[in-house]
Amino acid sequence: MTDFSKLGVAAIRDGVANGEFKAVEVAEALNTRVANAKALNAFIVETPEKALEAAAAVDADRAAGKPLGKMAGVPIGMKDLFCTEGVQTTAASHILEGFVPTYESTVSANLWKAGAGMLGKLNLDQFAMGSSNETSYFGNVISPWRRNDGGNAALAPGGSSGGSSTAIAARLCPAATGTDTGGSIRQPAAFTGISGIKPTYGRCSRWGIVAFASSLDQAGPMARDVRDCAIMLEAMAGFDPKDSTSLDLPVPAWEAGLNSDLKGKRIGIPREYRLDGIDDDIAAMWDNGIAWLKDAGAEVVDVSLPHTKYALPAYYIIAPAEASSNLARYDGVRFGLRDLPEGSGLQDMYAATRAAGFGEEVRRRIMIGTYVLSAGFYDAYYTQAQKVRALIARDFEQAWASCDLILAPTAPSAAFGLGEKTSDPLSMYLNDVFAVPASLAGLPAMSVPGGLSKDGLPLGLQIIGKALDEQAVLNAGLAIEERSGFTAEAGEWW
Amino acid sequence: MSVDKDTVNKIARLSRIAISDAEADKMVGELNGILAWVEQLGEVDVTGVEPMTAVIANKLRLRDDVVTDGDVREKVLANAPAREGSFFGVPKVIE
Repeated sequence: MTDFSKLGVAAIRDGVANGEFKAVEVAEALNTRVANAKALNAFIVETPEKALEAAAAVDADRAAGKPLGKMAGVPIGMKDLFCTEGVQTTAASHILEGFVPTYESTVSANLWKAGAGMLGKLNLDQFAMGSSNETSYFGNVISPWRRNDGGNAALAPGGSSGGSSTAIAARLCPAATGTDTGGSIRQPAAFTGISGIKPTYGRCSRWGIVAFASSLDQAGPMARDVRDCAIMLEAMAGFDPKDSTSLDLPVPAWEAGLNSDLKGKRIGIPREYRLDGIDDDIAAMWDNGIAWLKDAGAEVVDVSLPHTKYALPAYYIIAPAEASSNLARYDGVRFGLRDLPEGSGLQDMYAATRAAGFGEEVRRRIMIGTYVLSAGFYDAYYTQAQKVRALIARDFEQAWASCDLILAPTAPSAAFGLGEKTSDPLSMYLNDVFAVPASLAGLPAMSVPGGLSKDGLPLGLQIIGKALDEQAVLNAGLAIEERSGFTAEAGEWW
Repeated sequence: MSVDKDTVNKIARLSRIAISDAEADKMVGELNGILAWVEQLGEVDVTGVEPMTAVIANKLRLRDDVVTDGDVREKVLANAPAREGSFFGVPKVIE
């Protein structure tokens, strides 16, 4: 009897295609694992019937000799930021509790068309605002990982795609969707010992994804290895006329193009990322990553990204500014929560609804965004931040003169404990210091496991590539994966 | 630049978010902490730099001038918290 929880996307797809097992068997096994993992709180809604229905359709297609899709028979988790027709979509907020979309997001529709099935909607930071999955209205997601000190302190799975990272690391699903605005795929992947790629801005349609900061939001796959990420990204990506920033380009055959021979590739090591007081474990992992890429044939060069230290402050102006505008739609009139205090008028209803429906971090970011866009402050904050953003993108452009890819840590530390950073918003923001620059520049970036910390927790290596060069990013990720020998898994305590 | 409690209340009003007095007090400190940190952007020399408008060069497309959707009233109203017939219900606006 096959243990389906151990199989990745490629193994399930190939096993179903070759008739080694039925898609329905996989769906049943993973439905059970999801149902038995409530302690992790990874799912907001479970949809076992959807997983079974998709699997049965794949089995029927195979029996009828029809061609199967790229993800045929693979049950996945769907971050609850993607609108799913007929299934509650909340962005982990109270204001959207009970919202049942009457349409399907483009990315999720692409995945169902490719033969994937939905195990359920995954928990996340509310409106994708957070780095630890502690801002969800539906409670914290608990990482399956624990430190090797014998204690059982609950650790953050990263954020905002924390339900996705936990579900994959706990082997509840082989893969899940994520979205990345300032690190929300890569940092949770790093914290839980899995892989995840944010493609070039515009590769995946934003249509039907609950908007946070539209110039930064980008969907991508999270899975247990690089090949699985390549397969799923192929299924997710593609031109969509419904998204005005969607790139009208063919989707490359990333899986077929995988090649870990990096001869002729130059890997840039950005000196500004070597912060004073960098964590010893992170520094050692980074050195290992450099050695692995050299071993794969790459040449390693020093590069400079001089505006790196300004990326986070620029991000924390631009993202809240866009959020304050995007989240203006939650007004208690057309969908979602309405709070109408006795005898109040329209304006009071808006204010009461939004106070009751948005969590603390979301309210904070809307207010910062409103402030930096307000009359008298717009130029000093917002325009200045957009100019700095242009300089950050230019830093990368100049670096590409001497390198093809950049290697850096994904996050400055291993997973922290739940509650450790919630009292100080700034200390939480600083966790995204290495992830945000690639987001601001719209570049493809991936996190792959790079080793374990002294505490026995996973650490992630980040590869940043040129715009549209996901293939080189995936290839370097594969080269690391083949050399890192990372096989650690979270023990099953839940 | 730093904000005081009056400014916080004004931002909350502009944001259409009701806040209590205690929340406004707390928010003064939090917003000032974050704003003091983002001020460091002021030290960057941006002479001659255009603010970024598109992260990946992309032309806005024009589509054919034809009707592509509509006739989905039930879907549009399906999630309305206070539907009135075929309309969104709101509290009385004009006395």
